[in-house]
Amino acid sequence: MGHIPLSWYLILSAILFGTGIAGFVYRKSVITVFMSIELMLNAVNLSFVAFSYQLQRIDGHIYSFFVMVVAAAEAAVGLAIILTIFKNRGTLQIDEVDSMKL
Amino acid sequence: MDTFLFIVCAIVSVGCAVNLVLQKHPISSALSLIGVMGSLAVLYLLLGAEFIAMAQMIVYGGAVMVLFIFVIMLLNAGTEKTSAKSWFAQIAGFPLLSAFVALLAFLIKVVLPPLHPVEFGSWVGGTAEAIGMLLFTKYLLPFEVTSVLILIAIIGAVVLARKEID
Repeated sequence: MGHIPLSWYLILSAILFGTGIAGFVYRKSVITVFMSIELMLNAVNLSFVAFSYQLQRIDGHIYSFFVMVVAAAEAAVGLAIILTIFKNRGTLQIDEVDSMKL
Repeated sequence: MDTFLFIVCAIVSVGCAVNLVLQKHPISSALSLIGVMGSLAVLYLLLGAEFIAMAQMIVYGGAVMVLFIFVIMLLNAGTEKTSAKSWFAQIAGFPLLSAFVALLAFLIKVVLPPLHPVEFGSWVGGTAEAIGMLLFTKYLLPFEVTSVLILIAIIGAVVLARKEID
């Protein structure tokens, strides 16, 4: 039975968060940008659970659970907004939705 | 065995996350995201968070991803068009991101106090019983507020996505 340093979990969480940032900034499809946000939320959840292990308290699990619930609500509203954008403009490209740009 | 499982799941999750960013078609990205969520659920189990692992699979892997794939299918979202990216993002994007992750790793290694090594089964606190106990005593108010939030989200989604009736 091997022991895994807890810092590996935190570094994995940092790498996933960084990948989520890259997807959020680089991608042009609204849906993929939204999925990158979900990836970042997942990375934060992993570090919550890891810190919860370190402190041997389950408060971190509760925070992680609330993040999940809020992410589910956010996904429902966000995908409804994407549907509305597509209905009004007929595109999913982020840089074609620029009517508020000066 | 623990270390092996951790390394396999870490590689799968990072590979799927990179694939999510690199794929051009939204469906491929969505399937990669499911891979990330599945391997994260195994990592939660290794950390002794049974309830969170199950909730991850049911809420994220099930409900949220079905919603994503449903919207992708409904809108018939195809391959995204490549558009001109700014020269700054092309040149400095990857180095800046690596520097950010390296800074975080450095902080984790140097600033944090000594961390417990993780051994599977050495701490099983995250059972459904314990979480339910805490959720309905100490965190009762946030729990109730969350239910109001979900109600608002339901109404918002219905209002946004409904057909206009003239």
